[in-house]
Formats: sequence, structure tokens, C-alpha cells
Amino acid sequence: MWVALSYACWGISIILALWMLYDWFKVDTTYSEEVLTSSREGELEAASEEHRI
Amino acid sequence: MTTALEPAIHGDRVSLLRVLGPAHVWALGVGIVLVGEFTGWNFSADKGGTLAALIVCWVVGLLYTSVAMIDSEVTSTVAAAGGQYAQAKHIVGPLMAFNVALFLVFAYTMLEVSDAILLGDTIVAKAGVDGLTHNSFIAATIVVLAWLNYRGVLMTLNVNFVITAIAYVSIVILFFSVSPWTQGAVLKLNELVTPGNALPYGWIGVIAAFQFGIWYYLGIEGTTQAAEEVRSPARSLPYGTMAGMITLLIAAAMTWYVCASLMPWEYLGVTPYPLWDAGKLTGSPLLENLLFIATLLAAIASANGCINDAARAWFSLGRDRYLPSWFSAVHPKYRTPYRSILFLLPIALAFAFIADLNQAITFSILSGVLQYTFMSINIMMFRKKWPLGTIRRGYTHPFHPLPAIVLFCLCVVTFFAIFLGFGSQLSAMVAFYFLISVWFHFYRYKFVRRGDQFTMPWPKPQGY
Repeated sequence: MWVALSYACWGISIILALWMLYDWFKVDTTYSEEVLTSSREGELEAASEEHRI
Repeated sequence: MTTALEPAIHGDRVSLLRVLGPAHVWALGVGIVLVGEFTGWNFSADKGGTLAALIVCWVVGLLYTSVAMIDSEVTSTVAAAGGQYAQAKHIVGPLMAFNVALFLVFAYTMLEVSDAILLGDTIVAKAGVDGLTHNSFIAATIVVLAWLNYRGVLMTLNVNFVITAIAYVSIVILFFSVSPWTQGAVLKLNELVTPGNALPYGWIGVIAAFQFGIWYYLGIEGTTQAAEEVRSPARSLPYGTMAGMITLLIAAAMTWYVCASLMPWEYLGVTPYPLWDAGKLTGSPLLENLLFIATLLAAIASANGCINDAARAWFSLGRDRYLPSWFSAVHPKYRTPYRSILFLLPIALAFAFIADLNQAITFSILSGVLQYTFMSINIMMFRKKWPLGTIRRGYTHPFHPLPAIVLFCLCVVTFFAIFLGFGSQLSAMVAFYFLISVWFHFYRYKFVRRGDQFTMPWPKPQGY
């Protein structure tokens, strides 16, 4: 049973790793680099908190 | 209406998703740490005896209570992914921030590696099958958890909440199953801890035990990495972090009491599975299996939280161009830092396959203690530059500057303890951070957009 579990672990790892690589490729070819890297730190804080006492 | 599972681009921006609450913050912090009760803390008994393990449980608990209080105040004000990195950037400066981010990435990645090795070794020990190695279990742990993190932070931390709670409850069940109120029935503390063997190496053994006493709480500061994904950072982060610290203090005390009352210090100090062994020693198959499963769950929860935190720290470095901005990409559908998760995945796998548990743990602890030393200095500068009343704080920690002084002193003691056991690794790590700082200062910093990195809408600091 443990040996079978070991093989199952390899199988799951390979399948999920391939899925992530596929999704990465799909996302990077669908969206522009400007959109994907457009996150900015503190944006929501700046909008919602004025930091006035 | 846009849901979390559809591509969500608001205007021109794709950002991390604000979906977490205080329970997720608790699950992140306690999830990373709780594995330390299942293995790690007990090596302090090998350094200084069972009583030394108890002394460091409380003294290191004080260190981490200071960490939690200081972190809660600063993070409830600097609520950004990267946690201590973002704090350092705004309060100390870019070079410190770069180093702190590397401390974070190393501490969490090496802890993730240690968790995966522990899980693999535990399964192999349980199976007892000739020729079965831990590699497949290590690979599955790291890849499946990376996939979970890739798919979204809400599910990741929901899973962490459930498995952390099960692991925690198993400790409570073990504690009450051995009739802790009746010494002599199952527990034999008086026979196992005597005046003759309580501190076998004297007080220098207590100092040496600090190195592994860190394991009782290592990683609770990881709650701050969720700052950009919690709905109300000013409330959720202090609440989740302090609740997590209280939870861990109780778990640490129960763990020490049961294990010290069931095993002699010579065995307790070397076993890789103190709680699982405690379950076996009760003679109950149910408790033995429960503690075996809980050991696995605690390792999974810790690795899961570590992947989350290391990826956020790496992502933040990319976003400020301290590293190539390519790393700052956010997945438009799952809203996670997917490139950072994928980049760190093979690194964790490589270390898990080639490094041994001791090396990985030592690198994690060293990076963690460097980070705590920074935090004690950071809070002093924060209070000096922006005194109370000048900016809004979600939480204000009491007795300042006492927690910062206590934290700094305990970090110095811990460095000395690490030097006693792993002097060459400590020297190598400090040399590495020095060289990488030189590289950052003279080469990388010219790529940083200097005005863009300071994002908090604060008034000018006092004295500037």
C-alpha cells in the first residue's frame, strides 16, 4: 500500500506541476505584461485611509 | 458582477484579493508554527535537559510575545504584502528592506523544506517498508501546496485553518487523555525530572537550549504577509496575531508537560517525533494514530503557510524593482503572485532533495533571528520618527520600549546559542547577506524607481 501511495504521489506531483506550467503559459500569452505587473503597494490604503488623527 | 473566480481587472490594475479575516490570519500564523510542537522544540532537552526546555519555552515565549506586539503595531499601520519588508522600507531604508525580504524568503523556504522532509520521514517511519524513500512524499507535499497557493489565497488559508485546528485539538486530546491532574497514573514527571538530571549541563545548557526553543513559536510573525489580502488589516492582523500567540503558549506548555512526563530527557532530546512518541507511550492505538496524523497535518499546514509567505515577500521585491519586476505579476483569475510561487517551487524541491533536516532548520532559524533583531531596532525608529498621535495606528503595543529591549537582548542570547552549535553556518550566512548587500547597493538599486517605493500617505518623519 505504501509503495502504491508513493507512486501516486509522483503521479499527482507531475500532473499538478504540468497544469501550473500550462496555466502560466496561457496567462502570459493572454494578458499583457503591463496588466499582469500592474499591482501597486498601498493603493487601497491610500484611497480608504487618510491617516488623520 | 465579477466574482473571485473570473478574470478581475479593475481599470488597468490586477491586485491581490482582499478576502481574509482574523481566522485566516490565525490559521496562517499558528499553521506555520504548530509543527514546532510536533518536532524541533524537544532538541532543546538534548542541549540542556528537560528543565532547560521548559525555561526556554517561557523565555522564548517572552521573545515572541514581544515580536507579536511589535509586529501588530507596525503592520496595522504599514499594511502591505511583504510584511516586515514593507515596514523596513518605510521606516529604515531600502538596503535594510532588501535584507529583511531575503531573511523572510530564506526563513520560510527553508522551513517549508524542513516540513516536507519531516512529512516524508514520518510516513517512511510509519510504513517501515524496505526501499521506500521519502522523495515522493516530499515532492507531493511541495507541489500540491504550491498548486493550492497558485489557485487562491482564500482556499489556501481555509485549508490551513481546518488542518491546523485538527492538529491543535489532537494536542488537547492527548493532554486530557493522560490525566494531567494525577501525576503517577500515566505521567511520571517526578521520576523523570529529578534534581540530579533537571539541568545536566548547568546554566550554559539553558543558553544552548535557546537555539531549539525558538521552534515553539518560529514563524508567528508570518501573519503580516497577509496584510494586503485581509479585509481590515488594522483590526484583523493584531487580533489574529495575538490570538495565535496565546494559542501557541498554551500548546507549548501542554506539549512540554506531557512529553517531559512520559520520556527521559536523553530520549526526548533526540527523538524526531516527541508527540507521536508520547501517543505511543500512552498505550492507546487511537492516540498513537491520532498523533501520527496530527504530525503530518502540522507539517502540511506549516509548509502551506510558508509557501504563501515566501511568495509574497519575493513578489514585493519584484514590485519595487529590487528584483526584476517580472516577479510582481498577479494572476488575473486567481489573484495570486503566481510567478513568485512557481519560481520558488523548484528551489524548495532542490533543497528538500539534497539538504538534510538539520541544515534546513538551522538556515531557517538563523534568518528568523536576524529578522527579529531588525524588528527591535525597527520599532524604536518607528516610534521616534512617527510618535503616537502623528499617524493612525490599528494597535499600540504597551510598555514601549521594554518589549523592544527584551527582544533585542533575547536575540543576542539566541545568536550566542546558535554560535555554540552552528558557528560556521552563522558566519557563512552573515557573509552571504553582506555580499548580497554590496551587490544590491552598487548594482541593483539603480533599477529601483526611488519615488515609487514609498507608498504610505504619512506626514514627514520627525527630524526630517
